[in-house]
Amino acid sequence: MTGSLVVARLLIGEAARRRLLLALLLLTLVVIALTVWGFSRINELTPSGQPISEAQRRTIASQLLILVMFMFSWVISLASVFVAAPAISGELESGIAAAVLARPISRLEYVVGKWLGLLALILAYGIGAGVVEIVAVNVVVGYLPPRPLEFLAFVVGEGVVLLTLALALSTRMSGMVGGVIAAILFGIAWMGGIIGGVGAALGNQTITHVGTATKLILPTDGLWRGAVWSLEPAVIIAANTQLGPAVAANPFFAAEPPPAAYVVWAVAWIAAVLVLAVWSFRSREI
Amino acid sequence: MASAPAIRAEHITKRYGKIVALSDLSLDVASGVFGFLGPNGAGKTTAIKVLLGLTRPTSGGGAILGEGFGTKAALRRIGYLPELFRYQSWLAAREVLALHCELAGIERARWSAEIDRILAIVGLADRGASRVGTFSKGMQQRLGLGVALLGDPQVVLLDEPTSALDPVGRHDVREIIRALRERGAVVFLNSHLLTEVEQVCDSVAIVDRGKVVAQGTLADLLRTSSVRIRASGLTREGRAALARFGELDDGADGAILIRGIEMERIPDAVAAAVASGARVYAVEPQHESLEERFLRLLGQ
Repeated sequence: MTGSLVVARLLIGEAARRRLLLALLLLTLVVIALTVWGFSRINELTPSGQPISEAQRRTIASQLLILVMFMFSWVISLASVFVAAPAISGELESGIAAAVLARPISRLEYVVGKWLGLLALILAYGIGAGVVEIVAVNVVVGYLPPRPLEFLAFVVGEGVVLLTLALALSTRMSGMVGGVIAAILFGIAWMGGIIGGVGAALGNQTITHVGTATKLILPTDGLWRGAVWSLEPAVIIAANTQLGPAVAANPFFAAEPPPAAYVVWAVAWIAAVLVLAVWSFRSREI
Repeated sequence: MASAPAIRAEHITKRYGKIVALSDLSLDVASGVFGFLGPNGAGKTTAIKVLLGLTRPTSGGGAILGEGFGTKAALRRIGYLPELFRYQSWLAAREVLALHCELAGIERARWSAEIDRILAIVGLADRGASRVGTFSKGMQQRLGLGVALLGDPQVVLLDEPTSALDPVGRHDVREIIRALRERGAVVFLNSHLLTEVEQVCDSVAIVDRGKVVAQGTLADLLRTSSVRIRASGLTREGRAALARFGELDDGADGAILIRGIEMERIPDAVAAAVASGARVYAVEPQHESLEERFLRLLGQ
């Protein structure tokens, strides 16, 4: 599989040379600076002329962090789509792929190499930016979410699901088309999750099943629920659960983590789509 | 057992839906420079892609150096310049060559010397550190040629290697191809530039709409020529007798042109004209150029 490593290294090198990494880094720093400024204002809140209590401050910080991280998960997801969608199709269209594939490198090695390179980019960006944001918030308001490592795993997992999907589409369609399809599917899965939650809130089985089905077909929203759960202090979970089944409709709340079987399903889904991508690329004419 | 020919294609047909890109292509290339000639859209690029395993034939098969198309064993010994030559624009020329050294499995210790050698051959010695994105089309094609030459491959497939080059570049490419032949490499040259083929190829195949319409050594293909005969009193029967030797054309000066006649049959044609009662004043044999032959074949 040395061919895969060459392809992966080339993809990372391209991202660095084309200043994709620099652009992501600078934009992320701007966003983190803005959110940190926003978090620092919590300390100055005096709703009834009195400084807020420690418990209030932690509650506000936890909810604000969930909103910020919701945006972060969208950035990771869409960045994954846009980087992966042209990864193969772009090289086929330009002709770069013909010269590479005329070397002793199999289609399997080529696709796996692209996937490994994209995986490395998303891991580096997702973990790097996520850690900086969590640490920055901790420094400013002294709040640390209860399960930061699980959060990073879930949110980066969303990115990996989407980059694998976009890469598979890239073996057959142009970057623009594949990117749009993957982005729309991501949006539909998110909506499906909310609709399923509404079904649960209303006690409607059929609508709940629609939500479950979308969570299985594209496991991004299911992983997002895991990410939300990782950011919730126990007191928030307890308070929300008292509100009854209606909270299931809230996309920024999860009463419990996704079951272990679901995490296994997400991993199997990624593996299956990657196999599909290899099969699709093998049978394609260059 | 005799060693396998460098390139062997057996009854290769390739269809894209209803379009037939290649129809029953068979060829054996043992050594030297092989020219694959044809107009645009004749199926030349499809043929090269089949040889590389980038495209699968609908039917038929073959081998390169005894190995199946597209196998690693075959690809390790092939250099390829694509028709659409594009290389990673964010890399320097040296880095592109290093990438292909690695992909081709050349020992790392040899890369630097090999890259210097190649850059000198293709005339980019002073641009090795420049990014490919800053290169002109001609320079990118030179780089592509360099990529195809890395590691002294035994078979070199060149798809329209001079399409972006100026006359100096074309001359350089001819010299490079001659050097490849001297060191014993087999060159498969796709081209629609007849003079280029005429100057460097040992054997050629002419392909039109996916079908090979003529194949052989250049000497074989150009063995036929034409002859101008100036004669008086040529009867209808006399013309019919001459038409058996080739295609007749009336020249502006009253002479008759017989196209596609083999040189050694010219005296027979003259004898036939005389036997029919004509008086022959002049016989001017004319060698057919590859271009004339090509156009005549495509016109059929």
